[in-house]
Amino acid sequence: MAYIAMATGFLLILIGFYGALTNRNLLRMIVAFTIANSGVNIVIIAIGYMHGRTAPILDSVVPVAEAANRIIDPVPQALVLTAIVIGVGVTALMLAFAYKLYERKGTLDIAKFTELKW
Amino acid sequence: MIKRFIALALLVGVGLIFTTLMMTYEPDANLNLTAHYYAEHTANDVGSANIVTAILVTYRGLDTLGEVTVLFLASSIIGLVLSLGKKQNKTLRNLVPVGELLTTGSLYLAPIIVLLGVYVFVNGHLTPGGGFPGGAIIASSMLLLLLSDPLKHFSHGLISFVESISGFVYVALGVLGIVMAGSFLDNRILPLGQFGELISAGAIPLIYSLIGLKVGAEFSSMLANLSEMEDL
Repeated sequence: MAYIAMATGFLLILIGFYGALTNRNLLRMIVAFTIANSGVNIVIIAIGYMHGRTAPILDSVVPVAEAANRIIDPVPQALVLTAIVIGVGVTALMLAFAYKLYERKGTLDIAKFTELKW
Repeated sequence: MIKRFIALALLVGVGLIFTTLMMTYEPDANLNLTAHYYAEHTANDVGSANIVTAILVTYRGLDTLGEVTVLFLASSIIGLVLSLGKKQNKTLRNLVPVGELLTTGSLYLAPIIVLLGVYVFVNGHLTPGGGFPGGAIIASSMLLLLLSDPLKHFSHGLISFVESISGFVYVALGVLGIVMAGSFLDNRILPLGQFGELISAGAIPLIYSLIGLKVGAEFSSMLANLSEMEDL
């Protein structure tokens, strides 16, 4: 199970990289980065998964005394919760910049932006 | 053609690294030291049933404050970037009239979605969820309102008021933790209460509600800024 999730995550990262490298349209590149971002999150979650254990929430099913033997690693989940929110911020920022670039040049083709090219 | 080949070669290389990583990966049989500490001590120290919440709000509370700050910066920069060189004489977009079903449905659904968001962040210490998902749910109701009426204007004053008040009280609660309990953002400034009840875990429900309001306000301001860009 952990391997399926991890393979999916790595595959999503590769798909995202492929999309970012081969597309010239800024919006498509942003979508590709978002896909790679989801892949990274899935991989981190998969590393925290342990077979036969349950979510790190203590209740009548997972009493406090047995917690250490019954729950999966909560740290990757806390990390990913942070990463998702920051990912949204980064995506929104990229979209705002893409909008401004389109306003300047009237195109979203990255090959047309040559100011920083040497 | 050659560019695509280079890109593919690069991807094959990265794919090989990933495959090696996966082949050599062995899932742990037991929790590592940090996770073990959290599993053992959360119930007594923090009193939160959801260990992820305990880590985010109390053990690593300073990181969460930084995260909220990053989000605030992102939403401010979006507002700044989009307002630069904005033309004053806006041409009104010619929009297809919105259907009756969407208008009525969104007006009916938006308050319920906000209520769900509030439920999610108030119960953050008991159930999966918390301030960040709750805030995102609140912002999604704003998105629904924008979808039904793209020309709608949200009050930026109200949004920034909610954002600054919740941010200020969040930091003030953290400083209160230094004074009353021993460390920044310590949740034991309020009694821990009965484990597993809604009013328990000290200041965690309060802090997470403030985070939820702040995140909701930040996402809403991003949406409002992005939707107010003029037509090209």
